[in-house]
Amino acid sequence: MLSSYIPIAIFVAVATGFALFTLVFTSLIHPSKYNKVKLEPYECGIEPLSDARDRYSIRYYLVAMLFVIFDVETVFMFPWAVIFDKLLLFGLIEMLVFIFILVVGYYYAWQKGALEWV
Amino acid sequence: MIDTLVIPLLKIVIVLNATLVSVTYMVLLERKVIAWAQSRLGPMRVGPYGILQPVADAVKLMIKEDITPVRADRWVFTIAPIISMVPALIVYAVIPFGPEVKLFGRQVTLYITDINVGLLYIVSVASVGVYGIILAGYASNSKYPLLASLRASAQLISYEVAVTLTLVSVIMMAGSLSMVSIVRAQQSSHMWYAFVQPLAFLIFFIGGLAETNRAPFDLPEAEQELTGGFHTEYSGMRFALFFLAEYANMIVVSSVATTLFLGGWLRPFPNVAFLSFLDFIPSWTWFLVKSFVFLYIFIWVRATLPRYRYDQLMRLGWKVLIPLAIANLVVTGIIKVMLL
Repeated sequence: MLSSYIPIAIFVAVATGFALFTLVFTSLIHPSKYNKVKLEPYECGIEPLSDARDRYSIRYYLVAMLFVIFDVETVFMFPWAVIFDKLLLFGLIEMLVFIFILVVGYYYAWQKGALEWV
Repeated sequence: MIDTLVIPLLKIVIVLNATLVSVTYMVLLERKVIAWAQSRLGPMRVGPYGILQPVADAVKLMIKEDITPVRADRWVFTIAPIISMVPALIVYAVIPFGPEVKLFGRQVTLYITDINVGLLYIVSVASVGVYGIILAGYASNSKYPLLASLRASAQLISYEVAVTLTLVSVIMMAGSLSMVSIVRAQQSSHMWYAFVQPLAFLIFFIGGLAETNRAPFDLPEAEQELTGGFHTEYSGMRFALFFLAEYANMIVVSSVATTLFLGGWLRPFPNVAFLSFLDFIPSWTWFLVKSFVFLYIFIWVRATLPRYRYDQLMRLGWKVLIPLAIANLVVTGIIKVMLL
């Protein structure tokens, strides 16, 4: 059973190795003539005055919260969907109750304006 | 020993190389198709009709200077492209390119491995890629990359929900999470799931466009607003890794769509004996042809459609695709109970 995961472990190792190898290999052959201006962060030719990690819109945070809620609920449905053929009516009713609660929360978020992007 | 280590390693090397080559030629194809759509010629200088352009690009990226800006977080700046690229590649571990075939007197499966949670593995591994984008924006310590990475991650997770919900209805049809079983289920039900689940297929396709940051959802790299997107500060090989991840993700989305909705390696009408003369074409050819059609549509859409505005993008994801996906799920469940 677990032996089918061995190729994945090998693949992770090979892919990481490939990325590291190309980075190390190219660092040996590319030129490196640096000066102060070249190493400045890009800001359309203006010297950056402040740190870039400034305050940003709260909307991004809200989207992340909603994502966590909805995606976790979706993951709950995966095992249910796999054995749906065996559960049938019982499983359907259970999941309809679950989805109903989910939809109520979704409707609440919609009415509260959490899905608006202004 | 040979079956557990050597053969998987060989397959991995072949898949990895095929991916890298197809990524570089994907770039050329994209430039050519968009050029034709705009009545231009596209790259013509390197080799006949520009077919050696990818080689020139690869060499150029390798010998380019690699700059780390002074204000950047050095380590995270280097690790971010690796975090972005590795998940994009290891997803290929569970994608079935074909069934078992006989090769040099040995039964060989045309997939690297077939785990029983294949689809869950794809969903979870593909989501790891978003960390690479966030870390790249954060580590650059420059305004444009930071804004672009916030945008990109918000967009990715918004469409992730709808896409995952459509996958649930596919799993209900197939009754399995293994990619190989899903293809076999399509064969035994005499239907590609694109016909059984047309709405799920459409939502998956739109979500796939959004998750790979392709036009019309290419806001994270909208040149007019954000210069280069989250990799503005990147150059040389580290930039190349991001580029590779982006195109590898496109190929992943089209391979997954082929497997789930277009019958994977199956020939058209796999149960019609009348068409069995088509069997002389190897099964993996069908897989590649179907994926290629998808990739072509990706480029075609980019050449045709204008870009969405950010609030429109969010509205489409949260207020249209998610309700549709939930409705599709409920209807699938009810119909399935009624039929059985």
